[in-house]
Amino acid sequence: MRQRADDGPALLFEGVSRSFRTGGRVIRALDTVSASVERGALTGLLGPDGAGKTTLLRLAAGLLKPDRGRISVLGIDAVKEPARVQEQISYMPQNFGLYEDLSVRENLDLYADLKGLATAERQARFGELLNMTGLGSFTGRLAGRLSGGMKQKLGLACALLRTPALLFLDEPTVGVDPLSRRELWQLIDHLTGAQGVSVLFSTAYLDEAERCDAVLLLHEGRLLASGDPKSFAARMDGRSFLASGAGETRRRAVEKLSRLAGVIDARLEGGHIRLVTREKRAPPLPPELAGTELFRTQPRFEDSFVALLRAASPEGGPTPAFSAGAPRAAARGAEEIVVRHVSRLFGSFRAVDAVSFSVRRGEIFGLLGANGAGKTTMFRMLCGLIPANSGELRVAGYDLRRAAADARAQIGYMAQKFSLYGDLSVRENLRFFASAYRLFGARRRERMAWALESFDLAPLAETAAKDLSLGHKRRLQLASALMHEPQILFLDEPTSGVDPLARRAFWRQIGALAEEGVTILVTTHFMEEAEYCDRVVIMAEGRILAEGTPATLKARVESPENPEPTMEEAFVGLLEAAAREARAA
Amino acid sequence: MARAIFALLLKELLAVLKDKKSRFVLIGPPLIQLFIFGYAATFDLGRIPIAVYDADRSVPSRDLVARFAGSPSFRLVAALKSARRIPELIDSRQAAAALLIDPRFSRDLLQGRRGPIELTVDGRNSNTALLTLGYANEVIADFERDWGKSRGDPPPAAEIVPRAWYNPNLISRLFFVPGLVATLTQVVVLLVVGLSVARERETGTFDQLLVTPLGQLDILIGKGLPGLLIGGFEASLIIIAAVGWFDVPLRGGLFPLYLGLVLFALAVTGIGLMISSLAATQQQALLGAFLFMVPSITLSGFATPIANMPPTVQYLTLLNPLRYFLVVVRGVFLEGAGLGALWQQYWPMALIGLLTLSAAGWLFRRRIY
Amino acid sequence: MRREALRRLLGLLRKEFLQIGRDSSALAIAFLLPSILLLLFGYGVSLDAKAVPIALVAEHPDPIAASFMGKFAHSPYFRPQRFLTLESAQKAFAAGRVEGIVLLRSDFGRKVFRGGARIGVIVNGVDANTARLVEGYVQNVAANWLEARARSEGLPSPSLIRADVRVWFNPALASRNYLVPGLMAINMTLTGALLTALVVAREWERGTMEALMATPVRMREILFTKLFPYYVLGMGGMAVSWAMAVWLFGVPFKGSLFVLFATTSLFLLATLVMGLLISSIARNQFLAAQIAIVVTFLPAFILSGFIFDLGSMPAAIRLITYLFAARYFVAILQTIFLAGDIWSVILPNAAALLAMSVLLLAAARFLARKRLD
Repeated sequence: MRQRADDGPALLFEGVSRSFRTGGRVIRALDTVSASVERGALTGLLGPDGAGKTTLLRLAAGLLKPDRGRISVLGIDAVKEPARVQEQISYMPQNFGLYEDLSVRENLDLYADLKGLATAERQARFGELLNMTGLGSFTGRLAGRLSGGMKQKLGLACALLRTPALLFLDEPTVGVDPLSRRELWQLIDHLTGAQGVSVLFSTAYLDEAERCDAVLLLHEGRLLASGDPKSFAARMDGRSFLASGAGETRRRAVEKLSRLAGVIDARLEGGHIRLVTREKRAPPLPPELAGTELFRTQPRFEDSFVALLRAASPEGGPTPAFSAGAPRAAARGAEEIVVRHVSRLFGSFRAVDAVSFSVRRGEIFGLLGANGAGKTTMFRMLCGLIPANSGELRVAGYDLRRAAADARAQIGYMAQKFSLYGDLSVRENLRFFASAYRLFGARRRERMAWALESFDLAPLAETAAKDLSLGHKRRLQLASALMHEPQILFLDEPTSGVDPLARRAFWRQIGALAEEGVTILVTTHFMEEAEYCDRVVIMAEGRILAEGTPATLKARVESPENPEPTMEEAFVGLLEAAAREARAA
Repeated sequence: MARAIFALLLKELLAVLKDKKSRFVLIGPPLIQLFIFGYAATFDLGRIPIAVYDADRSVPSRDLVARFAGSPSFRLVAALKSARRIPELIDSRQAAAALLIDPRFSRDLLQGRRGPIELTVDGRNSNTALLTLGYANEVIADFERDWGKSRGDPPPAAEIVPRAWYNPNLISRLFFVPGLVATLTQVVVLLVVGLSVARERETGTFDQLLVTPLGQLDILIGKGLPGLLIGGFEASLIIIAAVGWFDVPLRGGLFPLYLGLVLFALAVTGIGLMISSLAATQQQALLGAFLFMVPSITLSGFATPIANMPPTVQYLTLLNPLRYFLVVVRGVFLEGAGLGALWQQYWPMALIGLLTLSAAGWLFRRRIY
Repeated sequence: MRREALRRLLGLLRKEFLQIGRDSSALAIAFLLPSILLLLFGYGVSLDAKAVPIALVAEHPDPIAASFMGKFAHSPYFRPQRFLTLESAQKAFAAGRVEGIVLLRSDFGRKVFRGGARIGVIVNGVDANTARLVEGYVQNVAANWLEARARSEGLPSPSLIRADVRVWFNPALASRNYLVPGLMAINMTLTGALLTALVVAREWERGTMEALMATPVRMREILFTKLFPYYVLGMGGMAVSWAMAVWLFGVPFKGSLFVLFATTSLFLLATLVMGLLISSIARNQFLAAQIAIVVTFLPAFILSGFIFDLGSMPAAIRLITYLFAARYFVAILQTIFLAGDIWSVILPNAAALLAMSVLLLAAARFLARKRLD
């Protein structure tokens, strides 16, 4: 459709290998990869962490030399003539490549100079890009002061100053809220459609793969599969099912369904549970799931992704659910977290403005919102890291103003950034956090053994934490936060940047904890993950915009055109409605 | 609680020692500095290049020239035929001094008058110039004594009998190497302690630490102790190297030395923790450590005597823990000083330690949010 | 094509200057740290021992002993204190209240007439340099006393040689006059190597280098735009240092500003390229700062002839000093300030700096390929 058959491919890899040496070990980042990207197409680069996505992009941009193989970019040999390649392409690295101490305008000026944009064209081009990205009113602001979504748009604007023939984007949507993500995709669609730019981007969001013309799936440095995402889905014909009507809680049903023989994936999707099977037949349901109805459904890209990866790493079956320790005696339903009229100011800026909510024991409570909505500030207050300016905060029955230390003994906290000691091994990290929570002797040994086993970390016990993959790092972080069997768990974007398989395992562990009575407060940018929450609040500009179960929130944006909105559509719809109201007022 | 602090201490030590970079920082620069300072930092002059123009060409004048040439302090670089080249040689630094023997030298000397000579010294480095003059005077005095004796003159009315206590041969190394025990310990403690909180702030682990039930005091102790331990270890290494490699005599006891070391390390730890709690990034912490370290070493008496400083600056040095510990180290090493002689150094360090540690605790509490 | 290269160059330069202007720690390293060092060394540090506290002990206080001791009271180098017994003087010495003891035995007065009287001098050898200076000062006092006494008694002069001593370039032998110019070399290494290494390492750390490299910009353009702004900054620091040296500390400046400018440029070039090299080896700020301090700052302090005489170092160490640019620049600075434009010093040292810059530049160009690995 958008391809022009007369030209060669925009990007061609032929038998490309590249390895790196770190600490005496040789890591094969790419292993004889042959792939091509068609002109004018939107191509997605997918794969778990450490699959070699960033290496592939850097090789294509002429920033690395391959050990073996040929790379041709727009017909130019990228190994021999990287400079000519760089005149034709644009590349946005993972952290957007912005100078944080320069303003928006200064960043644009710099990249315009570097890319040789003539002074005469500049005014018009800047205007166009600023208009397109909505950064027009922020030209004087330092890039470091922009929100994540704005940084990403500025990074893209810098990459687009001179419309490139080929655009590389490395994880452009990581850590960016759904609203900003949506706006970014509108920009990219415009590029590929109207301007004929070829785009290659890497991503951890599988729904983004579905909008691609073609997909490259990498796994452990090898190209596992490539092609039209629809062809991926087609291969899965007859293996995807939706289950509904189970009498149990949805999370428990997911857990049980995923353990069925022949099932390789089970996840929440809207009001249903999506199952992917190994064979083309529905799994036999055991008696305790008698009330469940199964019906075939159209396969999606994600189904085939999971199936391919599960086939590639046979040990990666569903992780066992685990016990977080002794079952808790206290009654369910007691209010464990109480937030009443809490405000927090930074200077004159109200980061959190008179927020109230409460979370009951054993609940998974989601805190959603765009970048800069005040979620992280709320989190830091609940953990006792910063005090509130006004209002009441009670955690596990303790007033944070008076008994912060006692409250801290009851909570586990997992920060958004990886925040364990990188130079220490997995075991040393666990031992340290156990001791910090005053566990010693036999008790500490027991908990460490539990953590290593339940999180599948035993084979990695002596590895330095910084050398773990992102998914393992997250597991270790969660294990460390659970060493003292906290009653309350705070998770700040626990799955950001984590690949889909690791995310699944993660949520199943969270679900198991909640079943045991642990109260969980979580923030996330993955709206499908919000489905796992019992209740959700959506924050915007420091205030609570909406509160309820995922089902009630979705119901609020239901319309005849869209009878079954996704959580993401609900989120975007509610935020847009609020923005409209604000404009009207 | 003690066990939790122990765990924190263990973690700090592991974090510092497992990272290749910080291991390098702790072991590389101090050892390099020890050897560079041990060998290169010396005020002892040897082989001073001297040019000579002997216009007299007599027996006594040749004797005088031979005495300069034979002295270990001087090295004859040019025997000139005229005085014309003297400025050129000194200007270009080929000679640091020039000796001109007047044509009337032997005549005057034999007639009982004083034989005239001219000695020109390059004053660009004033210390070198002063010492050069001193050495030249010694050579001249020797010449005079021997000539007087050979002529049967009565002995001079009085002569100096110099004696240097503690370091009879006046070797600079005996002064600098013990000083390094103090300065290098300060550098190491400051880097370990000063950067530790900033590093945790940057990597985000500090928040993780703060949400544990560990109190601020526990964290403060856990952050301070590693500096004390690593500093003590490093100091012991240097003490061993000083005695075993550089042959510096250790005349006093180890107890007064280590008592001083502990008090000093406490005071520096307090300063390091203050820097640490003020800095948000490692770069700021590094800059802070640098801004403290440079004045503290220059104004400590490490290389140049405190007594030579202007009075106001001398008062300023009273705040500097390094100045006290330098007296302790040199006292114990060379003078064999005991507790009694050193208590006047101990208590100011203890006081500074108490003040800086409490200030660090206060700042720490304020900067957490 | 040409126009585009120029535009890239100007764009990068503007960016670099904007960043310098916004980063207070860069300005602190370039201006604050050098000023502090200059103030410390200009006011605080001195090797000139003056008013040394010294104990005078005369076992038999007769007029002859008194006339000898009286000489000390007039010397600017001593602050004499009388002690009655050697024991009490030794106690004060051990406690560090006096730096030396001058002892006249009870037979001093008698022996002076016969000849061969002995003046005991005890100095504290711990600080060998000060000890040697004190010894020299006492020698001078004694010689003057003997000379004066011989003259008043109508005897021939006790010394056989009349040495006419001239100290060139720094007749007052003020240590400030040689410390302050040498210090400027150290200040230049701070801006040149430390700051440059830090800013380049920062680009690696923050990932902006990656973005930069994916644009059509050439590596030589990146190198140049890292050198030039810090050259300007370093020159600014030099101007401040020069002004402080000449106007605040009154250090004589005999040479010409042009020669100072030219040689400073050469030295800055060498250290700046050194900083670039360091950062291309260590791509994080912490390590870069450490290496910069070890290979540029410390050698500038110790191995440059700034404080410690190069000629007196052991041969092996002396050979090492030739590897560091600071030694050449310190020699040039001390000469330009105190002696003037003496070409026999300036030319060979400047040539060494030039050779060093060229070599380092070639190495930097070779190491800095436009690749991430």
